[in-house]
Amino acid sequence: MKRYDLVIIGAGAAGLAAAVEAYDRGIRSILLLEKDKYLGGILLQCIHNGFGLQEFREELSGPQYAQRFVDQLNERGIEYRVNSMVINITRDLQVHYSSLEEGYVEVQAKAIICSTGCSERTRGSIATPGTRPSGVLTAGLAQRYMNIDGYMAGKRVFILGSGDIGLIMARRLTLEGAKVLGVAEIMPTTSGLTRNIVQCLNDYGIPLYLHHTVKEIIGRDRVEKVVICPVDDNLQFIEGRDMVFDVDTVLLSVGLLPNNPLLEKIGVRLHPRSKGPLVDGNLQTSIPGIFACGNGLYVHDLVDKVSAEGRKAGRNAAAYINGTLAAAEAEFKVPAVGGEGHTLPEEGKFICIVCPRGCHLSVDENLNVTGNSCPRGKEYAINEVTNPTRTITSTVAISGGELHRLPVMTSSPIPKGKIFEVMQEIDKVRACAPVRIGDVIIRNVLGTGSDIIATRNILCGQSAG
Amino acid sequence: MYDIAIIGAGVIGATIARNLSRYKVSVLVLEKNSDVGDETSCANSAIIHAGYDPHPGTLKAELNYPGHMMFTKVCEELDVELQRIGALTISTSEEESAKLRVLLDYGIRNGAQVEIIGQERLREIEPFVTKKAVEALWAPTSGIINPFELVVALMENAMDNGVELHLEEKVTGLRKENGSFRIETEKGSYQARVVINCAGVASGEINNLISERKEAIRPRKGEYYVLDHFPAPYVTHTLFSVPSAKGKGVLVSPTTHGNYLIGPSSEFTDSADDKGTDAPTLSQVREQAFRLVDEIPMQYVIREFSGLRAYHDSGDFVINSPVEGFINMLGIQSPGLASSPAIGERAVGMVGEIIPLEEKPDYNPRRRPLYRVNNLSLEQRKALIAKDPAFGQMVCRCEQVTKGEVVDCIRRNCGARSIKGVKKRVRPGFGKCQGGFCEPLIMEILSEELGIDRNRINYSNRGSFILMEKTKGEE
Repeated sequence: MKRYDLVIIGAGAAGLAAAVEAYDRGIRSILLLEKDKYLGGILLQCIHNGFGLQEFREELSGPQYAQRFVDQLNERGIEYRVNSMVINITRDLQVHYSSLEEGYVEVQAKAIICSTGCSERTRGSIATPGTRPSGVLTAGLAQRYMNIDGYMAGKRVFILGSGDIGLIMARRLTLEGAKVLGVAEIMPTTSGLTRNIVQCLNDYGIPLYLHHTVKEIIGRDRVEKVVICPVDDNLQFIEGRDMVFDVDTVLLSVGLLPNNPLLEKIGVRLHPRSKGPLVDGNLQTSIPGIFACGNGLYVHDLVDKVSAEGRKAGRNAAAYINGTLAAAEAEFKVPAVGGEGHTLPEEGKFICIVCPRGCHLSVDENLNVTGNSCPRGKEYAINEVTNPTRTITSTVAISGGELHRLPVMTSSPIPKGKIFEVMQEIDKVRACAPVRIGDVIIRNVLGTGSDIIATRNILCGQSAG
Repeated sequence: MYDIAIIGAGVIGATIARNLSRYKVSVLVLEKNSDVGDETSCANSAIIHAGYDPHPGTLKAELNYPGHMMFTKVCEELDVELQRIGALTISTSEEESAKLRVLLDYGIRNGAQVEIIGQERLREIEPFVTKKAVEALWAPTSGIINPFELVVALMENAMDNGVELHLEEKVTGLRKENGSFRIETEKGSYQARVVINCAGVASGEINNLISERKEAIRPRKGEYYVLDHFPAPYVTHTLFSVPSAKGKGVLVSPTTHGNYLIGPSSEFTDSADDKGTDAPTLSQVREQAFRLVDEIPMQYVIREFSGLRAYHDSGDFVINSPVEGFINMLGIQSPGLASSPAIGERAVGMVGEIIPLEEKPDYNPRRRPLYRVNNLSLEQRKALIAKDPAFGQMVCRCEQVTKGEVVDCIRRNCGARSIKGVKKRVRPGFGKCQGGFCEPLIMEILSEELGIDRNRINYSNRGSFILMEKTKGEE
């Protein structure tokens, strides 16, 4: 049986950071295992920007963010396998994985880091009533179909839940020509980031129904209608207030759950609230030598925090391997992660997105700002009224590549009013593999001074399907 | 001209098709859905009932016990998962205990293996039973089965032996013409000497196309919760409530894959298309389940579903021939699955009175076993991967299914054509993510195997497409 000092399961944001950090702490015998074809995990389908402000002091798209870590991994020559799914781990630190290239493989580790991520809560987990047609899917699945596979999952869409993935998908679908009829959130406040409420819903006039939820899904083969109804403070439907929407798709963005079947199988207990494994202050589980981090531990709000936690796990696993890991000084507390919890502003006001506080601002015709708590809010308000700009992310078709879609974004923000015109330009072009991050796909799009640039490396190759 | 046409490819139609495939007769099966076993046969409790519940003297009583015993052979021949884990009908009061004794009497008269066991033995057998339980009726031969696999396996084996299956052909007309039958469907027209009506919830309508004696089948809906498999110990037997006028009541049972079913409710519905679930009914199901167990780990709920029982007003199975050469299988609701092998034998007997049945010398009762990579020993697994690396490539992390198994289930007779078809055959999509991770991969494999674009892959029936057009024009 092959031996490694450290085996890391899952090459998303947490696993990549853990591998790099463990290497930098002197561990040379590392194996990073990834079930998918590519390193990077779910970041690869998150083509929108907003990642990396803490890590890199830049706003990156998901694939760009992942590539920064993949580059660090490759610079160090850290060993990894893709297409390799871990089937079992054992209490004495064996890892069994199955892969297309190597078959069934057993390796022995001195330490294991589980960075297995999370999965989306499904219709079944929230018992959404109604029939069982196709067209009811999680927002993340629709995101994958759209951004990786290049297909629309719906044309007339209602979104249940104000989680960030749902908000991001509301904008993505709208930019690609779908009609998003609304977003319903059962709670009285939003659960996603305020910035996403503003830039994904408000920008496109997509209604947000707070304190509403789905009463019934209707349709035999494909979704035909969805019935939305307001709820009272006990979350019970208020009779007689049904709203019926003709839709072909219902997207669910109703939360994420850590994914830890490997740990559960060997008797690691789960945290009752986070549903991740119980760990100590060193991120070590009840089994010595097994560490957990990232969204598999609890669901984080920012990927930058996932990377930081991955580094902590990598550092501690390295210390464990070297016999220098100190006893955990404090127990691990699952941070309270939730939405910024905003209510909707009154007519004519808008939410400030400069900080999480979310002031409700208004601006009069003389550009006097009220409702702000700081000068930055004032500047934001005036900008939003006089010259609002946005960064646009999308995909373009690509020929001769190992994938069918190349994620792209504007190199600098463009005027908000030009978004759809720029989208038309993006739809017209076709890139040719190979492409590298930063390659200009359209120069000075529509004279805005902004280029459309690639945000993922795509090699030449035969793509499936 | 076919010798026999079977309308409906649920467990009854598929069983009869397989039983007839033993003989030198031509058999056509017409199914309105895009896959076999897509109605009642795929949405039920998946229990092989032990035969103590039906009232003695009924057809149900006659066929249940022998039918459920035949499954040992059927499942062995067809490589279908069956576990005789035993059933416990739980009494929590004197009144219920009196009813248990009625069931005991029924069981004995029906030839079933049953006994009443007291507190101590009950808790020893099933530690997770409610503290309120006072005694139970123990039926050790009761089993759990994989109903999806069963219907597919029956039809696959029938097709291996020459039966023709036509999917997506709803029967729209049926008449007698010069001593044989003319069957009109959405797509074509067929002639057969014998017609067997196995249309389940729609069997009343089929009967009414040809028979003077009109029949009404009323769909009675049952809603269920499905729990994910989890490593902690939980219920290991099928736990039933004491039955009421509405049926066997809510049960809590493991499935052959270590999931748990909780349900069903029992309410008549107006529509044979009504596959919905609703919150009030499910909350009643949960409440009733607390008569059986004190703890339900609801955090593991991964799905809710409903199925329709084909209820006939007699409350019994109705097997008759109102027109010469036309055989009805009406009202085959619970214990229809358990009785199906015996129903199949009965049907063959009835056909034999019309058409002489001569055995084929080359009939093979066995289907090629599934790979079941997850159940293989390490050596077997490595050997299989060495033959075909696709058995090393995992496509479903929740249920641990390989690409090799998915490809195999598409390439067999009665192969999968849809996401649900693959799910029913080899399980990707049954787990916690409910297809969130594996669906795009299954779609890619289906698209490759069937040679069609991904946006033409359906979830199940025609019209249940998943993807629409490509985001950027045509390529």
